[in-house]
Amino acid sequence: MTAAAFGDIAETPAPFRRGSWMRSEEARGLAMISPTFLYALALLFLPVLIVLAYSFWTQDYLDIDRTFTLENYRQALTEPIYRDLFVRSLWIALAVSIATVVFSYPIAWFISFHGGVHRNLWLFLVTVPCWTSYLLRVMSWKVILGYGGVMNTGLMSLGVIEEPLTSLLYNSNAVVITLVHSWAAFAILPIYVSLQKIDRTLIEAARDLGDSRARAFLRVTLPLSLPGVISAFLIVMIPTVGDFVTPRLVGGKDGVMIATAIQAQFGKAANWPLGAALSVTTMVLVSLAAACVVFALRFAVRRIR
Amino acid sequence: MSLLTRRLAFLPWLPAYVAVYFLFLYLPILLIPIFSFNNAATTTFPLAGFTTKWYGTLAGNGAMLEAARNSLVVGVCVALLSTTLGICAARAITRYRFRGQRAAAGLIMAPLFLPEIIVAVSLLMIVLALGLQLSLLTVILGQTVFCVPYAMSVLVSGFEGFDRSLEEASYDLGETALGTFRRVTLPVVAPAIVSSLLVTFTISLDEFILAFFLSGTEPTLPVYIWGQLRFAAKLPGVLALGTIMIAASILMLTLAEILRRRAESRTRIALTPT
Repeated sequence: MTAAAFGDIAETPAPFRRGSWMRSEEARGLAMISPTFLYALALLFLPVLIVLAYSFWTQDYLDIDRTFTLENYRQALTEPIYRDLFVRSLWIALAVSIATVVFSYPIAWFISFHGGVHRNLWLFLVTVPCWTSYLLRVMSWKVILGYGGVMNTGLMSLGVIEEPLTSLLYNSNAVVITLVHSWAAFAILPIYVSLQKIDRTLIEAARDLGDSRARAFLRVTLPLSLPGVISAFLIVMIPTVGDFVTPRLVGGKDGVMIATAIQAQFGKAANWPLGAALSVTTMVLVSLAAACVVFALRFAVRRIR
Repeated sequence: MSLLTRRLAFLPWLPAYVAVYFLFLYLPILLIPIFSFNNAATTTFPLAGFTTKWYGTLAGNGAMLEAARNSLVVGVCVALLSTTLGICAARAITRYRFRGQRAAAGLIMAPLFLPEIIVAVSLLMIVLALGLQLSLLTVILGQTVFCVPYAMSVLVSGFEGFDRSLEEASYDLGETALGTFRRVTLPVVAPAIVSSLLVTFTISLDEFILAFFLSGTEPTLPVYIWGQLRFAAKLPGVLALGTIMIAASILMLTLAEILRRRAESRTRIALTPT
């Protein structure tokens, strides 16, 4: 639906020319963007700064002790319970983003290369499920994967299994399946945008010069669509790590992720500084993991070429 | 020859994959309406017959209606606020070039690349640190941060390709800046604006995490549903409510898509020299 915008906003070039009227254009541009910018500054940037500040303070019953300390980070990084949650959240986020990109790439490719005049309709059909209530979709997966659920009854009536599988729901696999479904469109759109930008004559040239279909894809299409693949990775992986609803509804005991622990610090446990430190650590860890993935992808594609 | 056979062997796989993928994509959404008309409190096949009684129970459910009213208020406010902010940002980005443009756009688009729980937690902290009460207002303010990137995406694609010379002509002919916006720019970009309103309303209607953290004692529909999910006996009612919400979402998104396309073709017409 908004395919073009995901890719384009970040790439707007900003040529600066001198001259007084240009300066007035600059002033008008700044004035135009300032309401939105200030809003984001006040309700996004400032709150994040406050989280950062809190993560260095201590909870003292109902008061906050404002002396600088790294105690919260020590706790976040060394307590086994949080370490396990971090590791699991990162693994799940990685698994989800890889699976989402791998399964979505052919769809983006199909729409871009075989979508014909109905490309927009295809894109729309892909995005519709992702815009309907996230909570309801997760609930629906619970119905599908449950003991007496659609998957089990379906497989049993087909004769594939004799007894209902108990391994479908309440584990990290269920979390991964549900999240791959949730993020499908967010992977398809950026990949589609970058595929659309590829000059088709380059692929033809590779074919004319004797590359097979597969080689032409690996050496031309895939490297040129890498920016889309990377933004798909980022847009799926980073938010996934902090997912709250899916682990709670379909994750069971071994599907618990870090968001549950963060929420607990702001609810029952009432330890804001620890909650803040867990949030900051989550962001730092997922950014590092995402950076590793981006480097690995770039490296892999360069090797293919 | 081998090329031809290879091509023939290759092609049917892709449509088959696309079909399976779309089944995967739509199965969860189709099951909710199916079970909402099922004459049993459980969600298993085979179905137990057709009924509309679960929808009947919704009408007399005061807490649900209250939540629906809250969602409506929040949705309308978020749609108006985030689209207004989106218009400013989208226009600044498509119409002007200035230093810091990318940084500003980056900050505005950042919620797309942040775990929602962190946005929610940080907003909760600032609201409570300022001594404000959690209410629908805090939900509106929070969801707006989250909706502006989507509004901007829709609006930028609507504003892009808008011909500057039309505006310049209007200035030259003596219109004021405001008059030009109202009489020249607005008619061209109006469908994109309505499309943005619909999209942000839909996101707000379905948004859970921010509402869960920021709503206090006034639940929106998703927060209400979350509370119901603990009770197995309430599931059919939730399915009926879910069906209505999904239908509403799809309706609004379809409308938004139609408008967005009209916006695209309109800017194209405006660009075509006559």
